[in-house]
Order: sequence, then C-alpha cells, then structure tokens
Amino acid sequence: MKSSDYSPHPFEPTDDELPQQSSIHFMMDRRKFFKATGGGLAVAFVLYDMLSYAGENTLAENASLSDSQVGAWIHIGEDGIVSVFTGKVEVGQNIRTSLSQIVAEELMVPMASIKMIMGDTDQVPYDAGTYGSLTTPKMGTQLRKAAATARQALIEMAAKQWNVSADGLKAENGSIVNVAGSQKIFFGKLTAGQQLLLPVSDKVKVISASDWQVAGKTIPKVNGRLFVTGKHPYVSDMNLPGMLYGKVLRPPAYQAKPLKVDLSKALAIKGVVAVHDGNFIAVAAPDIRTANKALHEINVSWQETAGQPSHKNIFEYLVKYAGANSNRNTPAAQGDIVKGLASANFKYSQTYHINYIAHVPLEPRAALAQWTDGKLTVWTGTQRPFGVQNELAEIFKLDKEKVRVMMPDTGSGYGGKHSGEAAIEAARLSQAAKKPVKIVWTREEEFTWAYLRPGGVIEVEAGVDKDGSITAWKFINYNSGGAGQSTQYKTVSQQITHLPSNSPLKQGSYRGLATVANVFARESAMTDLARLINMDQLAFRLKNLEDDRFIAVLKKAADAFGWGDNKPAGHGFGIAGGFEKGDYVACCAEVVVNNNREVKVLRVVQAFDCGAIVNPHHLESQVMGSIIQGLGGALFEAVEFANGRILNPGLSSYRVPRFSDIPKIEIVLIDRKDMPSAGAGEAAIIGIAPAIRNAIADVAGIALNTLPMVPNGVANSPIAKG
Amino acid sequence: MVLTVNGKTYEVNTDPDADLLSVLRNELQLTGSKYGCGEGACGACTVLINGKPARSCITTMATLAGKDITTIEGLETNGKLHPVQMACLTTDAFQCSYCAPGMIMSAVSLLDQNPSPTEAAIVSAMNGNICRCGTYPYIIKAIQLASQS
Repeated sequence: MKSSDYSPHPFEPTDDELPQQSSIHFMMDRRKFFKATGGGLAVAFVLYDMLSYAGENTLAENASLSDSQVGAWIHIGEDGIVSVFTGKVEVGQNIRTSLSQIVAEELMVPMASIKMIMGDTDQVPYDAGTYGSLTTPKMGTQLRKAAATARQALIEMAAKQWNVSADGLKAENGSIVNVAGSQKIFFGKLTAGQQLLLPVSDKVKVISASDWQVAGKTIPKVNGRLFVTGKHPYVSDMNLPGMLYGKVLRPPAYQAKPLKVDLSKALAIKGVVAVHDGNFIAVAAPDIRTANKALHEINVSWQETAGQPSHKNIFEYLVKYAGANSNRNTPAAQGDIVKGLASANFKYSQTYHINYIAHVPLEPRAALAQWTDGKLTVWTGTQRPFGVQNELAEIFKLDKEKVRVMMPDTGSGYGGKHSGEAAIEAARLSQAAKKPVKIVWTREEEFTWAYLRPGGVIEVEAGVDKDGSITAWKFINYNSGGAGQSTQYKTVSQQITHLPSNSPLKQGSYRGLATVANVFARESAMTDLARLINMDQLAFRLKNLEDDRFIAVLKKAADAFGWGDNKPAGHGFGIAGGFEKGDYVACCAEVVVNNNREVKVLRVVQAFDCGAIVNPHHLESQVMGSIIQGLGGALFEAVEFANGRILNPGLSSYRVPRFSDIPKIEIVLIDRKDMPSAGAGEAAIIGIAPAIRNAIADVAGIALNTLPMVPNGVANSPIAKG
Repeated sequence: MVLTVNGKTYEVNTDPDADLLSVLRNELQLTGSKYGCGEGACGACTVLINGKPARSCITTMATLAGKDITTIEGLETNGKLHPVQMACLTTDAFQCSYCAPGMIMSAVSLLDQNPSPTEAAIVSAMNGNICRCGTYPYIIKAIQLASQS
C-alpha cells in the first residue's frame, strides 16, 4: 500500500514522463530574491532540515541548495500581500483555491490577501515535490509548514517590537495581536524594511485539521468571476504585438516520413514563414487563414509504413508483442499459485480488453512563444512546466535559465498534458520568424498527435472455495500498465505481472493511470467469484478485506445506496471498490436492461475517503467529474484506428459523456480529520466501470469484459474483441 | 462587411466563408468564445445570433449581415453579471471553466425562451454543450437557480 502522505500531481505522470532531476542549483540569494519580491519576510520550504545545516535561524548569504530541495516559497510583503510560489498548476482541479485555503489557515490571513504564483519557471521553485518518490512531502504539507513558520516568525517579531513574551501573542486576520486585545500590528507593518529569509523546519507545528477554520470549508473558486465572464486568458486566447499564427503540416499517418518537401508556393504568399527541418514542416503567417492557406500550398510526398495494426486486431497484437515483466507496481509472488488453483472448489478464468481512449481536454494544446535577446519565453498549457522547460532547453541547446515556461490556468488535462509539443512547435517557428508565434492545435490534431490512455489485455485466473476464501489470484496485464495491480483482498497465493508491449499508438498517462483498467478487471472478477459461490457481491468483498478504511467506504456506499433493498424486475445492482494514492473509493450502480439488452444506468452512489477534506465542494466536483469521465470510458469511449490513422478524431465521431448520459449521482464524502489529506483527482474514477458491469451481470447474467462495455447502448456487442 | 457584436458595430474585412469564431477571436479580440471542436459538436463557441444560440465555429460570415450577435463579453451590463453568470458563481459550478462561456450562452438562450424549464428541458437544451470535467449536475443546479432569480 502506498504511503498516505503521497500526494502526486492530480493526474500522475507515468515514469517515463518524469522530468529529469534538475542539475542546476537554485541560489537562495537573499538580495536577488528580495529584488524580485520587494522587502518583507520570505519562508522557503526545503526538503531537508536546513536549520541544522545553517546552525541558526537564518541561512548564510548565498547558501546554495540543490533546487530540487526547495519545494515552495511564501513571501509576506510590506503591503501585507502573501505571495505563494509553487510549481503546481491549475487545470480545473481548483488547487489554486485549496492551496490558498491551506496558507490562509496557517497564517491567519483573509483569502483575499493571498496571491498564488503558479507554474512560472522563472518565479517558482523547481517542482521536484510534484513528481517525486513516495517520501517526498506534498505541496499542501510544504505550504502548511512554510505558512506556520511564517506565522511563528511574525509572532516573534511582534514580541521583540513590544518587548513582551511571544506566548501571549497570536495571529489574527492578517495581524499579530496580544491575547488581551490591547495591541495589534499588521503583518505588512512588521515586515516593512525587513529582508528576512527563513528556511522551514520540518518539525514546525501546524494547525490540526479538527481545528481548521478556513481549510476544510467550501470556498468558491478564487478567480471564478474571470471564468464566467470569459475574461480569463487561456493560452489560446493570448496575443503579443506582431504575433504570427503557426500551423504544422501533419503526416497522413503515424510513421509516415516526408520524402520530398517543396515550400516554394507557401513561401510565395506574402507574410508567410515556412520551416522544414527533418520531419518538422510548418508555417507561420499574420493571420490564421493565411497560415492554413500556406499549409495547403506545401507539396510533400510521403512514405507510409504498411501493416500497422487496427482497433480490430489490437489485442492480439499487444499480447504477441509483450515484453518481460516490468516489475513496476507489481507485488512479489506469494504462495503456490498452481496448487492454489488446483485445490479450489471453483476455478475462474477470464480475459479483459481495454480499448485506447482519449483525454479530450476541451482546450486543445496551445502555446505562444517569443524570443528576446536569446531568451525563450513560452506560455503553454502543460501539467509539467519544468518538464517543458527541460525539453526546450535540450532542443535549442540553451541553459535552463534562458528558457521561461509559464502556465496560465488551463482548460484541463486529465493526465494528457504532460508533454510540450505545441511549445516546441511554436518556439521553432518563432525562432525562424523572429516574431512571437502562437499555435493552437485543432481537435483532430489533439486526437491524433497527443497521446492516449493505453489499451491493454488483462488475464485473470482465480480459485475460490465454497466458504468464500480465495485460494489463488493470478493477474497478467499486457500493456495498459502496472498501477493499481495489487489486490487488497486476502488470497492464499498470488502472482501479479505487468508486461509492457509495443504500442502502435502514442500512449501516456491518464487520470488514475492503469488503475482504471486493473480495478475493472479485479472488481469484475470479484463479483464473478461471488456469483460462482452464490454469495452476495458485497458480503464476499467484506469477508476478504482487512483494511478498515476500505471496509468503511464499501459499507457507506452500500448503506446510502440501499444495497439490500428489493429491485424492480429488469434492474441490477453492482458494487466495486478500490484504493489508490491514499484514497479509498466504493461505487454502487443500478442499471436496467430491457429485453433488447439495451442498458441504462439509472443511479450511482459513490463513497470516497481521501483523509481530511480541504474544500468539500471542490472535492465533490473532483469526485463527480471522475465518475462522469469514468462513465464515458466505461460505456462508449474508444479510439478507432487503422493504417496509422485515427478514424474518429472529432467530437462528432468520438463520443464523450453529455448532459443526457448522466444518471442520478449521489456522493458520500468521508472526512477523516485524523488522516492526512491525499490528492483526490484520480482514485474516484476507478469504481464506476466495474460497478456498472457488475450490475449488468447481476440482472442479465452477461459478463461484459471489454471497456467500453456498450458502445452502441446494447449489452453483448463489445467492439474490437480480440 | 459590417458586423454587430454586443451592440457595437465593427467593419470587418474578411472572406465571406470565414467562420465567425475565428473573426471574433482573432480580429475583434473577443476571446471569450472558445474553440473546442470546429464542427459544432461541443458548444464551447456558442454565441447568440438574434437571440438564438449558434455554434460560431460553423457559422460563416456571409450569413451574418444585419444580424445581432451576442457573446459572453456582452452579457454583463454596467458591471453587473447576468443572472446565469451570477448563478454559476454562486453554485461554483465549473472546474477548468473552458466550456463556461458556451454553457452560459446556451443557458441564457434557454431561459429567455423558457424562464422555468424542467430538468428534462434543461438537459435537452444543453445537450450540445460538452463539459469534459463532468460538472453537468452543477450546471443544471446553476440554471435552476438562475431561473428562480
């Protein structure tokens, strides 16, 4: 089980997407820092206890720290504004709001005085905390400790000024006051004229979740008005003087190579800049229509690669080209699996198929690039600004200090925007044009040239005894990934394997990574095992669980759902659960299947436990969004492809959930104030597909083992069966 | 040609087959309306043409002579938000909010035509608008709240 203090990016990257550990050193240079921020008090969260390193309460001038050791800054200016510098980015998960709440809570300042500076590589510390190992403290914890340190420092400054003991002072509404209420001084007054830079002690005492006043409450999106008025500038909305619009000429298929490229007709159009460098062929023009026109005027002969698999034979292909066990996220084998299978009262064997799906962030990839005096500045919607900075520095052979990546709040990602394609394209065109260039991908480009949630094949073999004991659990995942493969159900023997394959499509991370696929297979199998021995699906799970939090979410969901209630004819109940990233989820679904085997999902109840809740409404939104996004992959989303081409690269051909697809959804949040807050953007997606599948099995006896399950709305017509 | 947007007239020099969304965003710098699909399938680009919702990404300039266009930028009056915008803020409906302008324009048109829609009427009127973050239940609540104001 993962450490409960593990809180990754809301949508975790796969290992190969991780940014390189930075080799440059971020100078904790007091003068340089305050030159940028103005005077005041700054607190830096460092990943090691720098107090012992420096031997005192302040850092030596020009103390050099590896930039991966600095997690976040908080600065309290002379105007009382609290600036929070973090490499985290906002993609709709409302982290800008919840991190503000955490700082407001510890510092005892109004929310309005907090300014979040996020995802700007020139201003924020390298975001090593985001994608690090399980032991890396999470950003919320870092900021909480930095803010608590700042509060304590301010109290001590006031105590010194008033010549009283710090014990009788407290922070309140942006001021330090004495308990008697006779003295009061604003933070800004205290920090005026100071240039104090403090490292954070890892031992600093923070406010307990049970005493939270601001954190733990529903507070609306901090910059909400900008969004409902259309005023928030997404990257695709941005403009610079003299800016050109860029377009990239895409190959007709994956692996196609340009043999002959003739730019002359495009270059003959007034104002057009055209670039051909290896496989990169692109144009820029003063307006988008001219850019499109110039793109059409480029003459290219392509060499295509024959024999690429299609969605019709992809599953055989993935199994055929599977490599060796990745040993990533795969628990060690235990017990005698052969004996466990042979001795079981009932044996079970099923193969599950997972189709490729697309993230479909409503804002496609976009970037605006500008070169000024050898320095490259790029605004782009990416979940990894420092990763994109790395990519750009490598491609253009620049020091990282010469590349600035900025990430304005972006039109979502869901794990699909870890890469910097549009940034690289815009920067290349801008370099050639010597003018700023903006690139906004079309929906077709986003479907075709971004990356997809991997497809995969999962084989499950299990043995179960009449009394409900699991004797053997054998689980093989081909290609879709190892995340979430471990089972928490008791078993006498187990063997769990992840075999990466040679994916013909570009694949990458997705909300929950492979946990969606692995939990679908595991939880489907659990219900099938229960059905084999005529035991209730819920009772069978409870019998085989020991983890109290898992048991609690299952019971909460079942209670709210009315698990034991009578069902109308034609209705089925299904349940599924899982754990991931310190979160526990249980989902119940009710479906109706008519005589034509048409499936309708009527209602869903999901219980969710992610530790202490920071913002109940925003958490509920994350859970709701996960269920609804998960519904698409469960029922009808699938990327179709053949001959290196995506066949449904548009929103009229690739179906995502709409208003009319949404069943009645009830969410039960469990607030564990005694537990650290975990990230909540991923685990909530894993329960919906198997819950629906198990409800269909319950009413119709049909085992749908392919995601999506009912692309045409009818059970027993899974597409692309391998 | 002359284009009337949010009560203002603009002289626009563009091809008659240019799409309205590109003209709004790139020439008039009215970037509130969003590109999401380019085929009228997601609703992010929704504007009102003579009060009726339209997908500006598939609306050509040639069809717009003499018509009144309203975009998200035209909803606020004297710094006061439209009731649908207010209701979206009150319910804190959106996540990434990229769909918000299109959603709000579709909802404004719905409430203009049907001030007290049933939930089924809301679903039917809004079904052309996609929210990939999955905030649909909150958007329905926001429209219901706006219909009461």
